[in-house]
Amino acid sequence: MKSTLRLSGHRHPYLMAAVVFLVLCVVNAILQPSFLKFGVATSNVAAFLPMALVAIGQTYVVLASDIDLSAGAIVSVVNVVVVSIIEGMGGTGASIAAGLTLGIAVGLICGAVNGLCVAYLRFQPIVTTFATGIVFAGFALWVLPEAGRQVPPEFYLAYAGTVLGVPTVLWILLAAIAFAGVIARTRFYQALRATGGNIQAAYQTGVPVARVRLRAYLLSGLFAALAGLALVGETASGDPLIGGALTLASVTAVVLGGTALSGCIGGVAGSILGAFILGLINNVIFFAQLPFAWQGLIQGLIILAALAGGVVMARGRQET
Amino acid sequence: MTQARMLALLKRPLSIAILAILVLLAGGELLSPGFASPRQIVTLLTIAALLGVVAAGQNLVILGGREGIDLSVGGIISFAAFLAGNVMQQQDAYLLQAVGTVLLATFCIGLVTGLGVTWLRIPPLVMTLGMLGVVQGGLVLLTRGVPSGRAAPMLSRIVSEPLLLGLPGILFIWILIGVVLTLVLRRTTFGLNVYAIGTNEAAAALAGVPVRLTRTLLFALSGLFAGLTGILLLGYTEYVFIGAGDQYMLPSIIAVVIGGTSLAGGSGGYIGTMAGAIVLILLQSILTTLNIPPFGRQIVFGVTLLGLMLLYGRQRRLRG
Repeated sequence: MKSTLRLSGHRHPYLMAAVVFLVLCVVNAILQPSFLKFGVATSNVAAFLPMALVAIGQTYVVLASDIDLSAGAIVSVVNVVVVSIIEGMGGTGASIAAGLTLGIAVGLICGAVNGLCVAYLRFQPIVTTFATGIVFAGFALWVLPEAGRQVPPEFYLAYAGTVLGVPTVLWILLAAIAFAGVIARTRFYQALRATGGNIQAAYQTGVPVARVRLRAYLLSGLFAALAGLALVGETASGDPLIGGALTLASVTAVVLGGTALSGCIGGVAGSILGAFILGLINNVIFFAQLPFAWQGLIQGLIILAALAGGVVMARGRQET
Repeated sequence: MTQARMLALLKRPLSIAILAILVLLAGGELLSPGFASPRQIVTLLTIAALLGVVAAGQNLVILGGREGIDLSVGGIISFAAFLAGNVMQQQDAYLLQAVGTVLLATFCIGLVTGLGVTWLRIPPLVMTLGMLGVVQGGLVLLTRGVPSGRAAPMLSRIVSEPLLLGLPGILFIWILIGVVLTLVLRRTTFGLNVYAIGTNEAAAALAGVPVRLTRTLLFALSGLFAGLTGILLLGYTEYVFIGAGDQYMLPSIIAVVIGGTSLAGGSGGYIGTMAGAIVLILLQSILTTLNIPPFGRQIVFGVTLLGLMLLYGRQRRLRG
């Protein structure tokens, strides 16, 4: 029994998140009877998708025991760049393709800047990504000083529509999960966890730690870019401040999902659950018809309790 | 003094910060004559004092090590300003009562954070992030979304008007904090315990240092200093604003780092942090006087922070 527990603790650090997620689903379904209907479920996925994507990227960085406080700013800058390019090129099919490609390129460039500063120049991750985040947010304001501009209907209709009968947002989520599944089977992922577990030992056993950390930041930039694209689909316009709240929320989602900030332990599945938990908490509070003034406090307390509970449970498992 | 010693002295973070202050002052005067006038400098120091006081708490938490960091200070400052404004109600007679209430309340908030970190062993980043949400939610509940409360006239005078030698009272408060904190850190058992647990917690515990008590106190003191900042900020702005403290969260960490305190804990001190706060405020102020749009200011600010990291924020090279 003891060894089984230990096994589950290490292999499934997101067990606690799964339980909380299911409980919230049940509560949500009771408060909002239409919760389980396909349309409502899809719109929930659409609403939670940007945060889930940022949280996926953040997970890789955190697994290496780093952090990306610029993720939200990357979302913003990609969001406004994509909208500006599409509108600037006349909203044609080619402009959409160019916008999507350049948007992802911008996310990767931002990730590369973070990775080079942290992994190769050996800057402190918290301060560095805070600083690069300020720069990225500045660029977002430069590209688009105020929320506005529009993308052609094809873009947001495709995002809100279905492909082969399955909603686009579900495809995106499934693709992200599949991608994460592939990553998890690579040598890179092993090296990433080794780096997060003990960077000195990893270095001494020949893990290219700097390259591994850089790649983690590239992934964070990539997923932040995807979140920026998803937000273009969701809002059909650009907003230079849209990603601001996503930075700390993504860290919260990662921790809720059972990934340790000290690195090595955890995984993407937990972070997706964590993002959904944050979204469901919002839903539950909304549908519980609490007085508006109480909502923030209740939300804060639930998140704090979930964070604390997750950390305590995870430690309990490790110590058994 | 030999050349090597000169060079070593120049490489000390405090020297770099002081050098940066001089360069920024000279640069500011060059770009906009009158920037380094005594009156202007007093104004800048007043603003720097607000950041410096909250950074005092941040400094303590970071010195205590084990990834010590306090993300809740921004929320606590807003909360403190609101509470102070409503207790004093523009009356000098209630000023002391307001200060006492706020400091007690914010000390207790910090105490809860500290207990979460030490007894439940929740990582500080997570615990303080959760606490930030709770405090912000609590503030919405208290204010019902509508800020109220104003500073007592005496408080505004202490913060903004010359008290002695043409300097406002807030500067004397800041200097007093600087002297007391430096003495406490260098000369008292508590101070030595802080460095001990920040350097090597296990060794400190074996040597009989009350690790948990010390660390809990550090977080409580961080709450207290954030509370004091909230009171002073109210005196500076006179009115209560929602989210007034948010702008201090990450800069308080940056000021500590620029001042030469290692985010790993155990090394550094408050004098450097004071210099760091002045550097940050000078930099922001120069960027404001420059006639460039806000996005440009943001980009330059971020890039300058990265430049400062290049000077001394680098981490040790890994050795094989």
